[in-house]
Order: sequence, then structure tokens, then C-alpha cells
Amino acid sequence: MAVMTETGVAGAAPLPAMKRRSPYPGWFFLPAAIIYGILFLLPTVASLYFSLTRWNLFSSTFIGFDNFAQFLREPFLIKGLINTVIYALVTSGLKVVLGLLLAVLLTSQIRARGYLRSVVFFPVLVSTVGVGITFTVLMHPTQGMINEGLALLGIKGPGWLVDPNLALFSVALVDVWKGVGLATVIYIAGIVAIPKDYYEAARIDGATSFQNFLYITLPLCRPATVTVIILSFIGGLRTFDLIWAMTRGGPGFASDTVASVIYKQYQAGFYGLSTAGNVVLFILIAVLVVPLTMLLNRREGHE
Amino acid sequence: MTKTSRRIALAGLSAGLMAMTALTGAAYAQSINLTYLIPSGADGVAVAEELVKSFEAANPDINIDIETRPGGSEGDNLVKTRLATSSMADIFRYNSGSLFQAINPAQFLVDLTNEPWQADVQASFKQVVTAPDGTVRGAPMGAAMGGGIYYNKAIYEELGLSIPKTWAEFMANNEKIKAAGKVAVIQTYGDTWTSQLFVLADYYNVSAKDPSFASRYTAGEAKFATDEAALRGFEKLQEAHDAGLFNEDFGAAKYDDGIRMVAAGEGAHYPMLTFATTAIAASYPDMLDNVGFFAQPGDDASLNGLTVWMPDGIYIPTTTSNLDAAKKFVAFVASVEGCEAQTRAGGASGPYLVNGCTLPDDVPPAVSDMLPYFAEGGQNGPALEFLSPIKGPALEQITVEVGSGIRPAADGAALYDEDVRKQAQQLGLPGW
Repeated sequence: MAVMTETGVAGAAPLPAMKRRSPYPGWFFLPAAIIYGILFLLPTVASLYFSLTRWNLFSSTFIGFDNFAQFLREPFLIKGLINTVIYALVTSGLKVVLGLLLAVLLTSQIRARGYLRSVVFFPVLVSTVGVGITFTVLMHPTQGMINEGLALLGIKGPGWLVDPNLALFSVALVDVWKGVGLATVIYIAGIVAIPKDYYEAARIDGATSFQNFLYITLPLCRPATVTVIILSFIGGLRTFDLIWAMTRGGPGFASDTVASVIYKQYQAGFYGLSTAGNVVLFILIAVLVVPLTMLLNRREGHE
Repeated sequence: MTKTSRRIALAGLSAGLMAMTALTGAAYAQSINLTYLIPSGADGVAVAEELVKSFEAANPDINIDIETRPGGSEGDNLVKTRLATSSMADIFRYNSGSLFQAINPAQFLVDLTNEPWQADVQASFKQVVTAPDGTVRGAPMGAAMGGGIYYNKAIYEELGLSIPKTWAEFMANNEKIKAAGKVAVIQTYGDTWTSQLFVLADYYNVSAKDPSFASRYTAGEAKFATDEAALRGFEKLQEAHDAGLFNEDFGAAKYDDGIRMVAAGEGAHYPMLTFATTAIAASYPDMLDNVGFFAQPGDDASLNGLTVWMPDGIYIPTTTSNLDAAKKFVAFVASVEGCEAQTRAGGASGPYLVNGCTLPDDVPPAVSDMLPYFAEGGQNGPALEFLSPIKGPALEQITVEVGSGIRPAADGAALYDEDVRKQAQQLGLPGW
């Protein structure tokens, strides 16, 4: 009885509240926690340690911050860092602009809308490596279809992937071609969700379709813009597969990004160095993306 | 009635199946299964298949399955990972020299020092598969190779050129070929590894001038950027680029394009290792006689000699479950019959490293051009990667840059020295 009263008095208020929040006992989370711990937390912590060692799969020596010093001293690493940021900016910028324009086009009353929507989305479904290999063939400086087409028009096409000043941008363009479908779909969802009342009111006021776009569509699909920017920016920062399939960071080191530099160190057997590189990449993404997310979300709140 | 007969038929069928399973089970129990891991590539696979076929004919109780892996640094990683996780095939083919040292041979490979067939393996090969503790861990797989320059004989005849003995003569030939409106030097940076040849194949010229370079390099005393002879390799690459001798699509062309171009006369020179002879024989057999070979010329005609690459080795990992059978196969590969099987499958590409192995009389010109360097009075020496355990992994990117005119030779050499330092530290060598 005493116990009953005690719980009744002391624990009555919080206990039902907790029960309402989670009807399952805590150990239900255990399997997920174990998997997460073994497959994610453990390797992450281990990699922090191994980034401070020189190891070769069989044994390791502790060398402090030498790997980080070495990694930051790599002459192609600075270039890789700059390339990574350029690549992320170019791809996310183009995806926002083209994605929005395509979405506006594909939500308007045009012929074969459903077909065109699937055409725009189709490249997203194709394997990245397959896309990379295909475009490598198309972009061959003398036998590629792109330059042969240009030659018919009397233009001598550039070496898309072999000109060191151009290689990174060629890969970025292919990335945009492949990824713009996803941005378009996000934008279509955002635009479709805008209530029709605004457009009707605007039409009564005599707004042109450009004004409609500028003052209704653009501001009201900001959540979609935020999602597209963040997704494509993070994707651009850690991009690897497309670059590796198309140029392997070449010619020389001209289109190296942080991820491809890391992979090359790993291939060469510099496991400590490449682990240190991953830690650097982790910090880089966090430093660039966390403030970006906060900035974009704050603006959204003010609207 | 129908039901019964169906049941009988079913019973008969299952009994038959069981009998068959039992039979195959028994057959498997008698024979030993081995796996043999090789790098992929049409010519290599053909040689391996011929070797396995001849071996199985002589040893019907042993059955060998061939597995392939990617080549290059991807393959290096795969081999290291499979060794480290005890999942390596029973026998595998892998590079000798510096790459062999990087897979920790003393820990992972079976010691083959005291096998009877080692008596017939030439000492120059044993050196490059010897672990740091002095034990021999492999057998030669393939023929010795030269690193130098393939040339198209038809173009040489047409323009009346002769084989260059010095770099200046080579460049003079190139100018004549260019003036005739042809591609003088083929480069194929679509496969980045092919860009290293001008630097690596120049090593005989380095060692001729400076015999102590390899040991001082291993000790961290000699550097590519500061050693005049060593820097020449990078400079030669830059000179060839600056003279505008390359094919128009050198940045995107691949190794397969390169061998086609030199065989078909679309280009006059292609710097390459002589294993390409096998590839030319396989892909363009009717053009094989158009292709000749010479060593990369140095600055002094009297010191003209060939930089030699040792072939891959085959090794047995300590984790094999059929050591005796695996050793039998290795012994077969290192025997005269083994050499003959290799010649049957891939043609002759150079001298074998097993005593008693001979080449057929009708070898292609690219091979017969190479033999004088090995004969009495000829000069040859091993490539740097067989004299020193250090080879920087970024060399191929650096040589692409130098060969594309992105980076000057001296800069490239200095950058490579940095790369070499990392590798030496990773190997834990003293003095770095």
C-alpha cells in the first residue's frame, strides 16, 4: 500500500508521460545500437587513432600528427582542396539554376509532360561509373562524338578531359547532367505544393508570368532550394566515383579532389596517411556544411 | 495406376540423382583442387591456361582453377588484402622486386629456397624474389623484359633511318619523321602507367654513369632532382613533348592504341616494356614483323645498354591447404616444360630465367633485336625497382604532367623525390 501511494504521489506525473512517448522498453534499441556501434562508431574512433600512426595492415607505429602534416604538405592536396570546393560550387549552383528552370517548365502546361519528366529523371537511375565511362568515350579529343560533331560545324573541340584547365569542369558538367533530374523532382514537388490561390490573385492583379515566377514561385519554393543546395553541395564535396571513372584525378593532378587524393594514398599502401585524409575530409565537410545549413534554415524561419 | 507409376518414376529419378551425387562426390574426393590467381589481361590468361592444361595432363589428380584480378595499384591492394585476411589463392602471380618486398614476403609466403628446381633458376631472378631474411620465396613466371623503344621498321626503311645509339641521334630521327608528316613518338596517357617509360627505361644510362646511384638512393642520399644523370629521364620526356613529337590524342589514347599505332605504322616510336610483344602477336599477328626494338639511348654511344625488367614471380601463401600440390605446380612452371608451354601460348617475348630453356629460331624481330643486349659483349642492367625497394606510387601522374607540358622536368623530379620519401618512411627504411 505504502509503495502504491508513494508511486502514486511521486512518480505518477512523469511515468505516464514517459510511457506515452515510448511504449517499448529501452533494450529494443539494442540491436540497432550494436550494429551502429560496430559498423560506425567503432571504425570512426579506430580511424581517429590510426590516422596518428603509420600502419601497413600488419603492424602500426605511432607517429603523432606527422600524417596530417604530410597530408597538408602534399602539393596536389592543396589543389585537391581547391578543386573540391570549385566542383561542389559549380555542380550545386548549376543544379539549382537548371533544376528550377526545368521544374518550372515541367509543371507548366506543355505537351508530353509526363514523358519529359521521365527523360529528365532518367540519368539519375543510371550507374555513375557507366555514365563516366560513356562520357569518357564521347569526350575523346579526336574520336569522341562531341568533338566529331563540333568538327562538322567547323569548330575544333577542346580536349575535354585531357586539357588540365578543362578536365574538372568537364566532369562537373557530366555530374550536373546526371544529377539535375533529382533537383528537378525536388523542385517539382515544391512548386506543386504552392497553393493556386496566389497565382489566381496575381492574375487578377495583372501580373506577368515572369512576375509570377519571381514573386511567388521563387520565394515559396525556398525549402526545396535549401534541400537541393545542401544535398548537391555535400555530394559535390565528397564526390569520387565520377571523377575516378572519368579522369582518375588526371591529367597529372589537375582534377584531383580530396576524395581521389585519399583513395590514391590508400592504393599506394599509405593507410595511415589516407586515414588522416579522411579525418580532414570529415572536418572539411562539417566546417562547410554545418554553417551553411544553419544559415539557410534561419532564413527560412524568418520568411 | 497412374499415381503408382508416377511414384515409381519419381523414386527411380531420385535414386539416380543420389547415385550421381555419390559418384561426383567420389570423383572430387580423389582429386585436389587448387586456385591460381593471376592479373587479368588476354595474353596473361592465355599463358596461364596453357600452363594449367599441360600441368593437368601430367598430373591428372590435380585440378587448378584460374582466378583473375585487376592489375596496377588496384591489384596490389587486392593481393595485400587477401594475404592479410588469409584468403589468398593457393598459388598467385605477382611482381618481383620492390612490389614483392611490399607484401611482407617473410611473413606470408612459403619458403622455396631448398626446392630442387631452384638450382636451374638464374641468380639474377632469385635476387628479386628474396625476402629480407635471405630466403627465396618465388619462381620465375615469364621471360625477362627490356624497357626501351619499339619502332616501326617500315617507317625507318622508308625514311632511311638507322637505330640511334645516342639521345641526340634519336631526336634527329624524330625530327625527320615529323618532317615527313608522321607521328614520331606515341604516348598513351589514357593508361597513366605507360607514361613512366622514358624515366624508368633510362635507368641503365643512370647506372652506367653513376653505378652507386641505387644504393645511395635507397639510403636517402641521392635524389632525382639533384643527380644530373637521374634527372635526364625527366628531361628527355620534356624534350620529346616540347618538340611536338607526340600523337594528337596522347592524353586520351590507351596502351592498346599504342601497340596498334606502332604495329600499323601510325607512329614511329613507342616507349614500352617488351611484354608488349606478346600483345602485338596476339592482336596484330600479321604486323608483328613490322616492329623492332632498341634500348633507350643515353648521351654516350659507347655506354649504350638495355634496362632490364625481371618477370613476375609465382608464390605460394603460407595459408594454402595443399602445399605439396601447389609446390608441384610451381616446380612445373620453373621447368623447361613450363617455358615451352609459355612459348606455345604467348609466343617468345624474351630470354627465360630458367637454365635449359631456349627460344625458338623464328622469334619476331622485336625479340631478336633485344637478344644482343643479353649476349656476350652486350650491355644490360636491372631497372631501379629491382635494385631498391623504393618506388614512389605517384610517378605515373608526375610523368603525365611532365609529358603533357603541365610541369617542367626539374619540378617533376623534385615532386617525385617527395613521393619517394613517403614510400621509404612507410617501408620503415633507415635514414629517412
